[in-house]
Amino acid sequence: MTKEKEDNNRDDPMQIDSNRVPTGSLLTDYLRIYYGKFFPYTDMFKWLAYGNDGKHPGCDSSYFGRREFSFTINSDIDEVYLRFQSFFNASEMETSIKAKCPTKIDIGAVYTVDPAKRHAYAQSGFNPIERELVFDIDISDYDDVRYCCSGADTCLNCWPLMTIAIKVIDTALREDFGFSHILWVYSGRRGVHCWVCDSRARRLSKEQRSAIADYFHVYKGGENSLKKVTFSGPLHPFLARAYTDVLKNEFEKWVSTQKLFEHEERFHKILQLIPDESVVSELAEKWQGNSVRWEHLKHMLQSGSKKTQGLRRCIEEIVFSYTYPRLDIQVTKGMNHLLKAPFCVHPGTGRICIPIDPKKCEEFDPTSVPTVAQLIEELNANASIGADNYVEKTSLAASVHLFRTCFLEPLIKTCKDELENAYNTKIQQTKDSLNW
Amino acid sequence: MEIVRSQRRNGSDGSGSAASLPLYKSAPSIEFRLEEFGQYAIDRLRVLQAISDGLSRGKKPKEMENLVSEQWRANMKHQDADKTLRKDIISHFVLRLVYCREEEMRRWFLSMETALFRYRFRLQNAEAQKSIMNELQLQYNVLGNAEYETIKDKLTEAARSVNFTSNPETVFYKVPFEDVPELVASRRVFILKGFAFVPRNQVVSLVCTIFRSNISKALALTNRKWRAMIQDQEKDRIAPMVEALGNVYLGPDYSKPKDCAEISLKDINQLASTSFPLCMRHLFGKLREDHHLKHQGRMQLGLFLKGVGLKLEDALAFWRAEFSQKVGAERFDKEYAYSIRHNYGKEGKRTDYTPYSCQKIIMSTPSTGDHHGCPYRHFSEENLRAALNKMGVGGRAMDDIMDKVRNRHYQLACTLTFEATHGTSCETGINHPNQYFVESRKFFESKNKQSQPTA
Repeated sequence: MTKEKEDNNRDDPMQIDSNRVPTGSLLTDYLRIYYGKFFPYTDMFKWLAYGNDGKHPGCDSSYFGRREFSFTINSDIDEVYLRFQSFFNASEMETSIKAKCPTKIDIGAVYTVDPAKRHAYAQSGFNPIERELVFDIDISDYDDVRYCCSGADTCLNCWPLMTIAIKVIDTALREDFGFSHILWVYSGRRGVHCWVCDSRARRLSKEQRSAIADYFHVYKGGENSLKKVTFSGPLHPFLARAYTDVLKNEFEKWVSTQKLFEHEERFHKILQLIPDESVVSELAEKWQGNSVRWEHLKHMLQSGSKKTQGLRRCIEEIVFSYTYPRLDIQVTKGMNHLLKAPFCVHPGTGRICIPIDPKKCEEFDPTSVPTVAQLIEELNANASIGADNYVEKTSLAASVHLFRTCFLEPLIKTCKDELENAYNTKIQQTKDSLNW
Repeated sequence: MEIVRSQRRNGSDGSGSAASLPLYKSAPSIEFRLEEFGQYAIDRLRVLQAISDGLSRGKKPKEMENLVSEQWRANMKHQDADKTLRKDIISHFVLRLVYCREEEMRRWFLSMETALFRYRFRLQNAEAQKSIMNELQLQYNVLGNAEYETIKDKLTEAARSVNFTSNPETVFYKVPFEDVPELVASRRVFILKGFAFVPRNQVVSLVCTIFRSNISKALALTNRKWRAMIQDQEKDRIAPMVEALGNVYLGPDYSKPKDCAEISLKDINQLASTSFPLCMRHLFGKLREDHHLKHQGRMQLGLFLKGVGLKLEDALAFWRAEFSQKVGAERFDKEYAYSIRHNYGKEGKRTDYTPYSCQKIIMSTPSTGDHHGCPYRHFSEENLRAALNKMGVGGRAMDDIMDKVRNRHYQLACTLTFEATHGTSCETGINHPNQYFVESRKFFESKNKQSQPTA
């Protein structure tokens, strides 16, 4: 389907093929409309200002302006990456994004001074001081355990791996670490990002982020080690909970959807994780049917008849190897790692990076996430029937609503409370110091 | 640093616990002599450098405990426990002054002092440890009974996962998880709603994190005070000593090369490619390329060459040959020859300058147009890989080296480079570019001897 020839009358809607992933100048045109009508500037500002919107006397009006953004801009010739972009307020951010039409917007850290002025402070004081705790999970890191897709592809059969990751990590972040303002975002193609926005999280040092990343680091080992998960004794409460509440059952499902025991090369991989030759050969010989194999394996390893070292936790090791979240540790450890902003358009798929509700993550379907083409088509359809507030009547509305109700509003409330408390404390201190 | 009249009894001087392990909370009110200022600092520095060495070699905790015990005994311990404590406190505060002045120095000092504290803490008996914990007010974080009951199953579960059996008598400390990053990272403690529950046997980690945090803050404060007033106030007395202590390097100074170790100009290219450490290779290469080097580069390379055995006449010829291609022979003689002669002690104060140690080179900060400093510290990963590639380093060795660089163990990275390019191990570790050169020549000489026919 060809694009309709442009005419000078901007009110005529573009002819859209919502099945085609836009690239090149078409992408730029779509982005122009997307940034013109859809991108939620005010919400993004409210989020990243963390209450410093100038309304409360205790606000730090420089706060938002000290945040680094970066833009990836695709021209006809090549790709340009602009770091250290900063904006004083929502309006400046909006103007800049609309003018530059970036194919990707990344969010960096809050620095000691406005990133645009960093050269003046090079020697003494240009350092990151606040940054959300972030996680990045990519389904392509699980290519060795999924057989339906590989690389950048995903389908409803393997997407559950992401659901598992969200459940395990979200629970730990809330229960173990006590965080509550957590935003999960679809990365647009093959993974999810997590933004932990509590002020306690934003102020974590590199060392503390590293510690949290290592806490979650269970799946280890380079391409050369066969066994990536080893448990030498009883499981830590975090791992035990992950296993009992999520991983155990999910693995059962995985066995079935990926037909793990039906194909030799697939169950061979599992056998490789068993550190006892005699068990392995016994199983390999006896196996005939499908699901019976897995039951058989479990029975054998759990019966305790084999006393070999390393067998006690073998079932858990297998389950964890296949299903436990695989994080990109470096993303979490750094304080100034730039991560893609929510509500960007993924240039490879055209899909919007929309938030995911962790409480309903099982219902999330990556194949039905709205695309920029689809949104524009909906916009045109609304406009042609003369409906009001037509952006709100597109598929993006639900995502913006989710962002606001599940994440932004509770966050702002907490921020305002914190600002109020800090301000009152300061006032009290001033009063106290005046008394003698 | 205030020098006040009375020397008070241990424990009540505000600087630490009654036990023999002080916390260095505040500058002590102790009177001491200026000579002790320098000597005590150097003795403590030996201990810290030994720790630094031990850690970067990956020594296990038990080995580190032994190392610390030995080093302490050898350098710091006095028959009289009071005198030991006094030296301990004085030397720490003096080194604080010395190492507060630059970020890299602060980082190093903080890590080494924390490590020293950690292993000394481990060596204390239970009573002494308890007393220190009370100093840090940890008694307020003891887990109460009511809360214990609600989580005791999880506490047991966590304990068992690290092979430890806790019993109802085990004391637990409830602290924010940020206070025990190592325990969180290795999943050695149970955490709930942002709090970690640290059993008594894991308390070292907690104590050390608090110690580290306190010293870190103190260093920042000392730095500000130093810049704001002390440096000026003490410019004739303590400031020069502090400056000198900052450059202390505890090894041979390579300023007087052995006679047989003279090198001649015709060998220099060959020697550069086989026996120069990366920092000097780089400077040498840039000199050949640009026919120029800025001041610090000239100092670093020039003194190195002196240490390597290049005689003054040869040095002058060498530098002239390069510089005259850029600025002309006349300008060279007028503007640059003097400082080369100066380096050899033939002008001005006639001080015979010593080649820079790794520590000094690492601390320097090259900027645009400079090529001095330590490449392991300042090169981007890409450029460093390329440079090492040119030296013939690749594969596994390259990865090991980059790993050391990422962990800021620049000297170890250089040592590994030596090992990779010579195919031999270097037990002592590189502390000085001239040492690299000497070891390299030794290696090649013995190789040559082996390949020569016996008489």
